[in-house]
Amino acid sequence: MTEPILEVRNVTKMFGSVIALSEVSAKFYSGEVTCLLGDNGAGKSTLIKILCGVHQPTEGEYLFEGEPVRFNSPREALDRGIATVYQDLALIPLMPIWRNFFLGSEPEKGWGPFRRYDIDFARRTVREQLGDMGIQIRDPDQPVGTMSGGERQSIAISRAIYFGAKVLILDEPTAALGVKQASIVLHYIVRAKKRGLAVIFITHNPNHAYPVGDHFIILRRGRILGDYRREELEKDELMNLMAGGEDLVKLQRDLARFEEELELAD
Amino acid sequence: MASKTISTARSDERVAKVGAVRGIFRRPEVGASLGAAVIFVFFAAIRPDQFPTIHGIARFLDPASTLGIMAVAVALLMIGGEFDLSTGVMTGTTGLIAGLLSTQAGWNIWPAMLVALIFALGVGYLNGWLVVTTRLPSFIVTLATFFILRGANVGVTRLVTNQVRVSGIDGAPGFHLARTIFSTEFTLFGVAFRTSIIWWIVITVLASWILLRTKYGSWIFAVGGDPEAARNVGVPVDRVKIALFMTTALAAWLVGIMNDMRLRSAVASQGIGQEFVYIISAVIGGCLLTGGYGSAIGASIGAIIFGMARVGIVFAGWDTDWFYSFLGLMLLVAVIVNDYTRRKAEEVSTAAAKARTEGE
Repeated sequence: MTEPILEVRNVTKMFGSVIALSEVSAKFYSGEVTCLLGDNGAGKSTLIKILCGVHQPTEGEYLFEGEPVRFNSPREALDRGIATVYQDLALIPLMPIWRNFFLGSEPEKGWGPFRRYDIDFARRTVREQLGDMGIQIRDPDQPVGTMSGGERQSIAISRAIYFGAKVLILDEPTAALGVKQASIVLHYIVRAKKRGLAVIFITHNPNHAYPVGDHFIILRRGRILGDYRREELEKDELMNLMAGGEDLVKLQRDLARFEEELELAD
Repeated sequence: MASKTISTARSDERVAKVGAVRGIFRRPEVGASLGAAVIFVFFAAIRPDQFPTIHGIARFLDPASTLGIMAVAVALLMIGGEFDLSTGVMTGTTGLIAGLLSTQAGWNIWPAMLVALIFALGVGYLNGWLVVTTRLPSFIVTLATFFILRGANVGVTRLVTNQVRVSGIDGAPGFHLARTIFSTEFTLFGVAFRTSIIWWIVITVLASWILLRTKYGSWIFAVGGDPEAARNVGVPVDRVKIALFMTTALAAWLVGIMNDMRLRSAVASQGIGQEFVYIISAVIGGCLLTGGYGSAIGASIGAIIFGMARVGIVFAGWDTDWFYSFLGLMLLVAVIVNDYTRRKAEEVSTAAAKARTEGE
């Protein structure tokens, strides 16, 4: 195994007296999809916010390409090639696809006062980039707000890739999507991995994680509950781990009892 | 495989068809253009001898031009997600500053105009700075500016001249050159047109070019559409907003100077109430009150509608008191039409997106 592109060592994050993460260590590799799983409140969001520069760890080390780093803002992380696709996507709904794609990094041509937006290049590039990712757009002028959730995720992901991301952090990209849309996004994740990116995929849906993941990190109550390679893990085990194993058994028992009670009440 | 090919082909057809419909509805200035056509035909039918003549056109383009200069700047600001209520009264303030300096202090008109310009840009900067640092609604911040300037316009003018007007600006050195540049007439087809019309067309073209053909245009749409998202991808949101407030102040300076040159005097009440006319023109031109959408050309067409109504009412021999009722009615119609066309555009393209997904 080569050197990890990102690594956290014994990272602890406190918010006042609340311990959001406790001595978490994890490694993330290029050309792999690492799935970060866990229930609400498990610490997934805190961990990715540390990785993408929103939060700084209270204790512990953060290494990028083997070097200790400390990011004070998402912009600093982005400049190193750590791109985050947030749930709200940072896309402007009323603007055309191509304007959104290049927002903040517009291609220009011309000289002096005639310096202008290279719109032909932008339109063409957007069409090509999305085409490469397997999404055919007929009209780059379509406002982003009129596209489906899966398409918007796809635009945000291909934008990150185009601008040279080495690490792609996806925060619950499939959470609000239907089955078909989610499968489009999962295809994108695989394509990004094949291009050599380290993909960190946050989800609480093992059905989405298992097919694409090479490596699974399960968080629970701010601690690492398990860190597995895909070969080491069956899908059922993953589901059990997610739900917390014995909790699932207890839940089944509780529900059975509840059902009986309802029948008795009738 | 066969069925898949068929379904893809079918969805292609659907997308192409709705694409054409959407193309028409998508431009923000569509509603305004239709409205302008209707109003032109309406007044042309009432006074076919006067309204649709070259003379009539010159008449209604005159008020449309200064209004249009302001409406274009206000539209840029509204696309950027902010309001400026101090624009109308600022046309008075800048005119008074240049007028007082040239008549009372005996300055040459050019440095007097320069001082007015610096003052306007300073107030524009202050408006923008207050909005981005306090994060208060720009409606409130610029309402305060409006009242401060309104009071100062009368207060200072009365203090210096014992009157509420400054007259005799044409006695200032340099006046005639300035008048030639900012407010004179040119003859076309034997009819006199105001030079402010040229300024207005140039400004509309320039604003459209910035909006649609430069990165700054993208930034303006973005800061109005979703400032947080824009900031996340590195757009300097605060700088863009401040620059837009300075742009409306700059336009107000230009119109203030044009008034000085044309009337050779300035009154302390100049421009009060006009800020709403500018905003209404921009809204008729397709600007959303929520920001992130609109057009400079649309705002100019909105200004033409007002010019036509103002002159058409006179031609028709009606009481000009009704002008403001007309204004209100136009605003209502414009907001409803804007909302409808935008929803239409979104419906159509949602259908297109759905057709595409089903085709896959």
